[in-house]
Amino acid sequence: MIEFDFGVVLAQWPMLAHGLVLTVALTLASAVLGTALGIACAWARLHGGRALRSATSAYVEAVRNTPFIIQLFFIFFGLPSLGIRLSVEVACVLAMVLNLGAYACEIVRAGLQATPKGQLEAAMSLALTPWQTFSRVVLPPALARIWPALVSQIIIVMLGSAVCGQISAEELSQAANLISSRTFRSFESYILVTLVYLALAMALRQCLNWVGPRFIFTSR
Amino acid sequence: MVQFALWDILGFLVGAMRWTVLLSLIAFAGGGLMGLALLMLRFAKLPGVGTAVAWYVQLFQGTPLLMQLFLVYFGLALLGWDTSPMVAASLCLTLYASAYLTEIWRGCVMSIPQGQWEASSGLALTYAQQMRHVILPQAARVAIAPTVGFLVQVIKGTALASVIGFVELTKAGQMISNATYQPFMAYTLVGLMYFALCYPLSWWSQRLENRRLA
Repeated sequence: MIEFDFGVVLAQWPMLAHGLVLTVALTLASAVLGTALGIACAWARLHGGRALRSATSAYVEAVRNTPFIIQLFFIFFGLPSLGIRLSVEVACVLAMVLNLGAYACEIVRAGLQATPKGQLEAAMSLALTPWQTFSRVVLPPALARIWPALVSQIIIVMLGSAVCGQISAEELSQAANLISSRTFRSFESYILVTLVYLALAMALRQCLNWVGPRFIFTSR
Repeated sequence: MVQFALWDILGFLVGAMRWTVLLSLIAFAGGGLMGLALLMLRFAKLPGVGTAVAWYVQLFQGTPLLMQLFLVYFGLALLGWDTSPMVAASLCLTLYASAYLTEIWRGCVMSIPQGQWEASSGLALTYAQQMRHVILPQAARVAIAPTVGFLVQVIKGTALASVIGFVELTKAGQMISNATYQPFMAYTLVGLMYFALCYPLSWWSQRLENRRLA
């Protein structure tokens, strides 16, 4: 008969809370920066010069065709040989931003390409500069179009951040590792943390669906 | 101090890459079969079953693969089965792939016009016959590109099996990095090898998609 003991795991709640805070912080930082990077890359792929276009697509393909854990190890363990030494948290955020940026680039690009031609012509006839056209006419409706896909991708990156525990970032999954080795209650620790992730994923989706239409692409 | 020739390192990594490929194939085949069974259940109009499948999908899509691996690994041990990392990783990735594939294929089945269901039920086909002869052959044409695309995700997912101690490409890279003190070289090589596995599939998936839309 299997006996579960969640009590000893729950007794370590400060560790779980600490992990939760770091996971949320990593996710928020990388969601903002990653989306910005994705928009910049999408712009570069559509309007950049030849060199910029090929550099961006090389970056996108490199990220999309390698596992996140290798990207993280490369940044944290590999880059110091080039003299770039990053703290654990910075390495995690950098890896997550680069990862989200590549996927967001493809998502945003699809949104930008769906802009009706008439809107561009209208913007031009109002003598808007290319930057004004992009930032005020093209981008907001494009973001509104692709928002559900972008939200899903941000959630995937949030779940992917569990891997950051492997370079000993003290986020949620690392809290599970530590609690499991302290209490010898592995299954209980992991199932508890897994449920926290599930709740976090659902809450994040609700939250972003609420934030998007109100602050990111205000529809008037 | 032992020196390692690049040739030895590459040989070791290629050897480990076979395990990545094997694990991906097991997960993809197992996940495909199970995903198909779940798909049949989802559209079967049995009370409660569709919701249960939806929850199964949500459970796998809403939690980290790493946590799923730990849960399967420690869960099997809790049940008293002495498992190897290989078995735990295969089982976990199979379940993971089945959840994603059944969700991908659900979208493809939904894209089949309602009239196809009505016409085939008008011909007195049973549910299994409708699926087998009418719906799935048409859905399969839509499904092939995203399914190939998902294979890339499975290959990348197998990298996490290294964490529970399965020696595949990522774990081999860590071992090389520890033995040679050259993490930059080790992870660059491993990254390139994953790229060599995944990029052709991504390219193929994209081409299938473009061709279907053309």
